[in-house]
Amino acid sequence: MESKNGTTIILMNGGMDYAIAAFNIAIGAAAMGKETNMFFTFWGTKAIQKGTYTGSSLFGRMMGFMNRGGINRIGPSQFNFWGLGRWMFKQMLKNHRITPMEGLLKTALDLGVKLYPCQMSMEVMEIKREDLIDGVQESCGVAAMLEMADRSKQTLFI
Amino acid sequence: MTEELKAVTTLDLKGLVCPIPIVKVSQAIKQVQVGETIEAIATDPGVLADIPAWCKTSHNELVKMERVDKVFRFVVRRLV
Repeated sequence: MESKNGTTIILMNGGMDYAIAAFNIAIGAAAMGKETNMFFTFWGTKAIQKGTYTGSSLFGRMMGFMNRGGINRIGPSQFNFWGLGRWMFKQMLKNHRITPMEGLLKTALDLGVKLYPCQMSMEVMEIKREDLIDGVQESCGVAAMLEMADRSKQTLFI
Repeated sequence: MTEELKAVTTLDLKGLVCPIPIVKVSQAIKQVQVGETIEAIATDPGVLADIPAWCKTSHNELVKMERVDKVFRFVVRRLV
């Protein structure tokens, strides 16, 4: 019987605030010795993109142009004000000595958190493997994600 | 009190906030032998709840947690 001591986090939201919460929980879980997996779907994929221009169809390229993604480029889910709010928020985080965005990503990877991109989201948003940062696992689908959830004590949808 | 052996490592966690204190503790605990202790000083009030919780889920022992002026000093012992 496999031990159910993992943590699975599904990140759907593309906001910086949601990403901070997701990575904080993942980092905490990994620091506690739990097998931690993160599944990035739809807008959550922005957090693991390099920031390259994605898309092949007209709409795909429009979406990729307007919303390049990249852990440093995502803004708060409210009060972004075309990036001004993001900048202000990051100043506040810095003043309170919170780990900056790329630091969260690196710490999670260093602690062994596995990052899985959602295959369907990549297809729909026309994001290719090369558009994602190094260190992510192979993309997978909902069955694989549910299997990870089976091994987890907590499965969180963020 | 003879229970608290001289801590093998001392961690300075001052200024670090959630979740970094438990990350640092979890990394440092791997560097000591089973049975040895780590002492740490932190300023984040979150450690009051986080460190006992970390000890519980990682199966280590919280030897002491105290507040000294504005900082928190705690000692954990590696059990696994």
